[in-house]
Amino acid sequence: MNFKRFNWHVWAGFLLTLIALASYPFIYLNWPITGKIPWINLALFAIAAALLFVGVRRGFASDRNHPTRSKIGTSILTTLSVLLLAIFVFSFFIASRWLPASHGAPQIGQKAPDFSLPDTNGKTVMLSDLRSELINGKAPKGVLLIFYRGYW
Amino acid sequence: MRSIQKNLDKFNEAGIRPVAISVDSPEASRELCQKAGYTFTFLSDAKADAIRRYDLLHAGAGEHGADIARPGEFLVDATGTVRWVNLTENYWIRARPEQILEAGKALR
Repeated sequence: MNFKRFNWHVWAGFLLTLIALASYPFIYLNWPITGKIPWINLALFAIAAALLFVGVRRGFASDRNHPTRSKIGTSILTTLSVLLLAIFVFSFFIASRWLPASHGAPQIGQKAPDFSLPDTNGKTVMLSDLRSELINGKAPKGVLLIFYRGYW
Repeated sequence: MRSIQKNLDKFNEAGIRPVAISVDSPEASRELCQKAGYTFTFLSDAKADAIRRYDLLHAGAGEHGADIARPGEFLVDATGTVRWVNLTENYWIRARPEQILEAGKALR
């Protein structure tokens, strides 16, 4: 490959965009402080955008040294990168907020509704059991109910 | 879930029993617990009875339009009264263990 034709800015920008998108769950799980606003990922996207910007300028420059640098490749990679950023912003800031309001959820000071559900061994468990069963030989002070979306 | 497991000793020490609830079957939850090394209680609410009772049903949001739970955490004291609630507005953002343990200090 002719290195002069190789628009590494665009490729680096594209790869960094992929990394910025794919690393989110990993970064989130290891450093939950980034959970509120995904700063690290947004920073990666910003660096990627800068690389792409330089790459696009190089790709479209009528430079005699690089007369045949691929404008098509540059355009495709840049478009893909912008799409990936859009997907990230959309799924983090918009789609993830489409949640029911849950106005009827029990509030502080109210009784927690009882339930009776099977555990992973198929044994039926009630909230009252969870509240009374000892933890390390001591009566529990509380139960933390964590409702989650499930992994289907 | 991972952060709860990581802090399980602290929760035990504080006398707080974490319990995870979803529409997943007991088998699916058992598989998850084995794979991820979760040792606290996982309950299966396949028909979303408890999820409805806590008004957390997210209708049609699961795979193939299945009804699932929206994320929500409740700290219930020994008398069965809710002492702390977290209903996130963004499902990427969940309660952190430190927050819950802090709220748990008020329990007696």
